[in-house]
Amino acid sequence: MHGKGLRALTLATLVALSATFALVVFWAPNDADQGFIQKIFYLHVPVAIITLIAYVVAGIFAWRQLKTGSREWDLRSYVVIHIALIFNIVGLLTGAIWAKASWGHWWVWDEPTLVSFLIVFLLYATYQPLRFSIEDPERQARYASVFAIIAGAFVPLNFMAVRMATSLVHPRTFGTANGGLPGEMMFVFLVSIVAMGLLFWLIVKYEIAQKTLTWQIRALRRRLLGDDAVAPLGRSAAPTIAPQEAPAR
Amino acid sequence: MSRDAARRDAKPMRPTMALLRKDLLLERRAPESIPAMVLFSITTFVLFHFGLGRDEVDGSLAAGVLLVTILFAAILGINRLFVAEHEEGGFDAVLMAPIDRTALFLAKGTALFLFLTLVEVVAVPAFAILLLGPSPWHGLPALIVTLALVNLALSSVGALVAALAIRTRSRDLIVPIVTLPLLVPALIAAARACAPLLAAHGDAWPAAKWLLMLGLYDLVFGLLAYAVFDFLLED
Repeated sequence: MHGKGLRALTLATLVALSATFALVVFWAPNDADQGFIQKIFYLHVPVAIITLIAYVVAGIFAWRQLKTGSREWDLRSYVVIHIALIFNIVGLLTGAIWAKASWGHWWVWDEPTLVSFLIVFLLYATYQPLRFSIEDPERQARYASVFAIIAGAFVPLNFMAVRMATSLVHPRTFGTANGGLPGEMMFVFLVSIVAMGLLFWLIVKYEIAQKTLTWQIRALRRRLLGDDAVAPLGRSAAPTIAPQEAPAR
Repeated sequence: MSRDAARRDAKPMRPTMALLRKDLLLERRAPESIPAMVLFSITTFVLFHFGLGRDEVDGSLAAGVLLVTILFAAILGINRLFVAEHEEGGFDAVLMAPIDRTALFLAKGTALFLFLTLVEVVAVPAFAILLLGPSPWHGLPALIVTLALVNLALSSVGALVAALAIRTRSRDLIVPIVTLPLLVPALIAAARACAPLLAAHGDAWPAAKWLLMLGLYDLVFGLLAYAVFDFLLED
């Protein structure tokens, strides 16, 4: 029920990831200036793009939560932000490695993507502290949603501001003077985006399934062993919800 | 009920003005936020003098020192913004009164804006005397416009985050860690706008794009905060 389609999605993700890996290593041409290390591009940029899309999507989910008042949208928004934060860290680390390899420094302030990424990370890193410092689960969901909406709108605005503020001395990967990415690179890049998107979606689905399962187990335990057998959820418990299919008892 | 609704529609600004007057009266009778923010700003200038090891700053360094100080001072005000409501049951009163809840947001945002303006009336001259190298006069009109836009950004984001944080366990931790990253775009634009104004032979007006960026930030977050503020009071 809640794990529906999980196996197919897992297989698709595995295939897509293996295909990406094979294409990146064996097929995509080496960059003329940067050599092999440039291939981290196929990890870094897709991860970055997926992260940003996920933050905006989490904001939209949060908006749905406020409109409908349903815990389900809160759970989705929570899980998407959770996984996006992890992707965000991966994006920061790969970005730093790429910067070290191609420019010789672990951190370059005139690379707008990297800088925006850090700022966005700093903002979203406060999602959980904010959420878990609220006692009441209803209010927790509502306040977290308000945060997610504000932060979701912040992401594009922040990108704009940081890009305006950086002097564009480093070549941009797309839209350089000689016409951007060559065809093969573009193809591998697109495959990689699809694979990362699938991976993200897969992890989100797994986490939602896990949360639903946790809820079911708690409900079953309470029914079998009595209310005392199940410890109440603390304020720092991640949201769990009842699956829609479960009988309303 | 319908009469209440009619009254509310007829004068939507009245509850806002009443709430604002209450805040200003409180601050005048027992000054709390404004003196603290002013003292904090001046202390920070002294700290910057020793921290940077410089008697005079100008250009982008001056803009950075001034704006970061204002930002941190604003955090103090944001932290205190809803404390009276929280401790004296003002939230319940607003919820029970037949008024639009956003009146509270508008009142608090305006109060914060006025507080910040008053703080800057003292802090900016103090900055000019203590730290600023070049004369501030040539860029003064543009500086006032930029700071007004900054105050707008600070007060809309500040009122929202203050409401968000007031009923958490660790209000004083949540406010700075949420507000400061949110204000980065505004700081970028404001610092770039102020840098030529505080330079020795800088332009009298900053590049329009920075003021536009600040204006866009104010617009987006003002509207957004206005739209979602309701949900913070629903109980």
